[in-house]
Amino acid sequence: MNTTNINFIGNRNIALIFSGMLMIISIGSLAVRGLQMGIDFTGGTLIEVGYQKAADLTVLRNTLDAEGFDDATVQNFGTAKDVLIRLKPHEGVSSADLSTKVLEAINKTTAEPASVRRVEFVGPQVGDDLAEDGFLALLYSTIGILVYIAWRFEWKFSTGAVIATIHDVVVTLGLFSILGLEFDLTVLAAVLALIGYSLNDTIVVYDRIRENFRLLRNKSTEEIMNISVNVTLSRTIMTSLTVILVLVSLFFLGGEIIHNFSIVLLFGVFFGTYSSIFIASPMALLLGISAEDLMIPVKEGAEIDHRP
Amino acid sequence: MQNHFPLWKNLLVLIVFGVGIIYSLPNLYGDDPSVQVSSTQAVNIAQEQANQIDATIKTAGVPLKAFEFKDGRVLARFTNTDDQLKVADLLREKMGSNYTVALNLAPTTPDWLRSLGAQAMYLGLDLRGGVHFLLEVDMDAAVKQAEERYNDDLRLALRGAKMRYQSVSKDNGFIKVTLKSVDDKPALLALLDKDFRNLDITEPEAQDQVWLKVSEKEVREIKKFAVAQNMTTLRNRVNELGVAEPVIQQQGENRIMVQLPGVQDTTRAKEILGTTATLEYRMVDVEHDVQQAVTGHVPVGSRLYYERNGNPILLDRRVIVTGDQIVDSSSGQDQDGRPSVNISLNGVGAAKMAKTTQVSVGKPMAVVFIEYKVETKTVNGQKVRHKEKVEKVINVATIQGVFSKRFQTTGLDSPQEARNLSLLLRAGALAAPVDIVEERTVGPSLGQDNIDKGMLSFVVGFALVVLFMAVYYRLFGMIANLALAFNVVIVVAILSMLQATLTLPGIAGIILTVGMSVDANVLIFERIKEELKNGVTPQAAIFVGYDKAFATILDSHFTNLVVAVVLFAFGTGSVKGFAVTLIIGILSSMFTAITGTRMVINWVYGNRRVEKLSI
Repeated sequence: MNTTNINFIGNRNIALIFSGMLMIISIGSLAVRGLQMGIDFTGGTLIEVGYQKAADLTVLRNTLDAEGFDDATVQNFGTAKDVLIRLKPHEGVSSADLSTKVLEAINKTTAEPASVRRVEFVGPQVGDDLAEDGFLALLYSTIGILVYIAWRFEWKFSTGAVIATIHDVVVTLGLFSILGLEFDLTVLAAVLALIGYSLNDTIVVYDRIRENFRLLRNKSTEEIMNISVNVTLSRTIMTSLTVILVLVSLFFLGGEIIHNFSIVLLFGVFFGTYSSIFIASPMALLLGISAEDLMIPVKEGAEIDHRP
Repeated sequence: MQNHFPLWKNLLVLIVFGVGIIYSLPNLYGDDPSVQVSSTQAVNIAQEQANQIDATIKTAGVPLKAFEFKDGRVLARFTNTDDQLKVADLLREKMGSNYTVALNLAPTTPDWLRSLGAQAMYLGLDLRGGVHFLLEVDMDAAVKQAEERYNDDLRLALRGAKMRYQSVSKDNGFIKVTLKSVDDKPALLALLDKDFRNLDITEPEAQDQVWLKVSEKEVREIKKFAVAQNMTTLRNRVNELGVAEPVIQQQGENRIMVQLPGVQDTTRAKEILGTTATLEYRMVDVEHDVQQAVTGHVPVGSRLYYERNGNPILLDRRVIVTGDQIVDSSSGQDQDGRPSVNISLNGVGAAKMAKTTQVSVGKPMAVVFIEYKVETKTVNGQKVRHKEKVEKVINVATIQGVFSKRFQTTGLDSPQEARNLSLLLRAGALAAPVDIVEERTVGPSLGQDNIDKGMLSFVVGFALVVLFMAVYYRLFGMIANLALAFNVVIVVAILSMLQATLTLPGIAGIILTVGMSVDANVLIFERIKEELKNGVTPQAAIFVGYDKAFATILDSHFTNLVVAVVLFAFGTGSVKGFAVTLIIGILSSMFTAITGTRMVINWVYGNRRVEKLSI
């Protein structure tokens, strides 16, 4: 593969406008539609049952309705034989015994007793705690990265990387909101993994920019960035492809529980790759990065001192 | 330019590889469905009893795969789960309540690996099936109970010291003592200083009063004790459930996590774990008319209760003995073979019981069983925790004679009920009620499903990456693939060594690591290609490629690591499992992708003239 020479940085405004629009749409959807929070965060009960034959959801719904679980949502999970019943923490019905009561109720009407595949009950307090921990995890990882990159590189890079990462997270969450996919603990873990991945990608590009700032002294910042993005392009795409390969395998073969996890990462890897090419470097440029920011005068001075 | 590793580096890679292989090996061996028998008492099972168990299984005609007796525990292995369940039922019936008969999946790791300490990975509940509970200890109730206790003790002490008092009452978190005479106050203060150091003293304006408050330090102690006592209780109860490898851990200040791998009957598990039960012994009021009480005319000194069959009964308002004075209880049979519970009391309880029974032989005494059931309800959009106190008279018995420390309660429906009751009591009345605030149950079929799906997506994902790398980077790609396989071996080995919990997201983490760990090699290989394009000789290109890519790999992997560590710190349960595999994966991939591939490339290309690289 010959080294490409695409003018990424020169056309940065197109990318920035495109990303800006994506962000607006995402934030809009997050504000209006919100995220479909799973019971990990809202509290509630979730019951997955399996049948030998395809389950009749209407019968199950009617049964639950008649038994007083009128807020239960009943849907297939993965296959027609698997059914997922969700219950909100709601008025008048006790919490921990709820699953037992629901199972008793549905077993009354179906010829074949349901086999319990999974029951999850999360109390409202635990839900709040998990949400808080999740939020703190997002916050601390962002701060950790900000500090680490500022230390290893420079604050403009650090800010650029964080903006690119926030972009990836917001757009991925936005897509989740638009598609109405459920956001639970596993998905949150995927979002954090995505932050790690997206940064990993960005750092590789930044690392090259830093190197080239020192090597190519007669070139403009914009040129240096463009060269750096172009020489790392094949690596960026290669790595994204290998990660996408395993994610596709997870998505199709990993089962329903891991589905949303793989979706987050698939979106994330896509946007992470995009943002490390189109957003991270232009952002540092917008913040006014220049070769001087990355010179290490102290170290160079020290080298001179040691010359015989 | 030399592409040659010193001997120690080659050895290091080979040793790590060897150790990795050995410690990941146990995962290739499967599990045997087995039954584990252990004693619930402090003593271990003796050889004699082990032989008996062995004989019992053989008489039943169930084919045994292996029978092990070690560390006072018996482990019987079977070839299938049907045999396992059959024997478990048989032994439960035979062994009685002093033994725990638990279903277990015993690893079939060969002895030579076991002697090296190599074990298979510890599978999380989402992979092996089982129940996870998070219980919350009600601290307010614990503190209130303590106040109550101090209140009673104070009265006793005042009476013992012959100090006359107007009242001792609880009010707004204070215990207020009002003396009959101000002159007794110095004596009271002296008494408090001697025996009630855990109470903070406030002297209000009223000279005849002293207000007392449980000190902050004592409150902390009470809370600590409440959690500790509950954990002990839970351990005892879990033993009774027959779980092979239960996990009971404190989480945060007031929560306890209980994991019961392999438990199927969650209803029973919840019943045993979730209810708080205590007993109260009260005299039956035989002087007043029950029917009148039912219509609303309850006599002053009495309270109206209901028996389990619904019959109303009047009991004395004063409690003789409460659950927290019970130190031990066990189930058994009385002389007539009826199920019974034997109860032992502590000193205070024994004294009270003796005092009551001395004057009440021939009179009926009732046992009130009190359960606290917690319900969470939403009222007007607000989540309200509602604690329901269910009181039932479970037993009315005529006092046969004067007794104090030890006595027996009969009148229970079944041996099972006697067992349950004694179990709930043996652990002492709970220091504080617990609520189940989180439950996650995974059925065994889903667990196996998750393992199968995880494995399948791993194999396919791995194969795709391997194919892709081989096609794109040819020989170098194949070397990277070797490193990739090596990486997986190391991750599995480290997970096995740490006995970290492998969860479904954990498997996803390993799969993700497969995709991401080739990144280091992609970085190196792209750099080598670049150098080659710049006209550098192949040997130099390899050298410079590794050298220049190293700093990039370090920086990019380290940022990834920061995020994974944060995820580990804040994640719970299965998410933590994901973080663990991610962290191990990132670290080991740096070793395999940099040092591992370099070693092989040095073997292939090092120390000779190379015209062209297969990259």
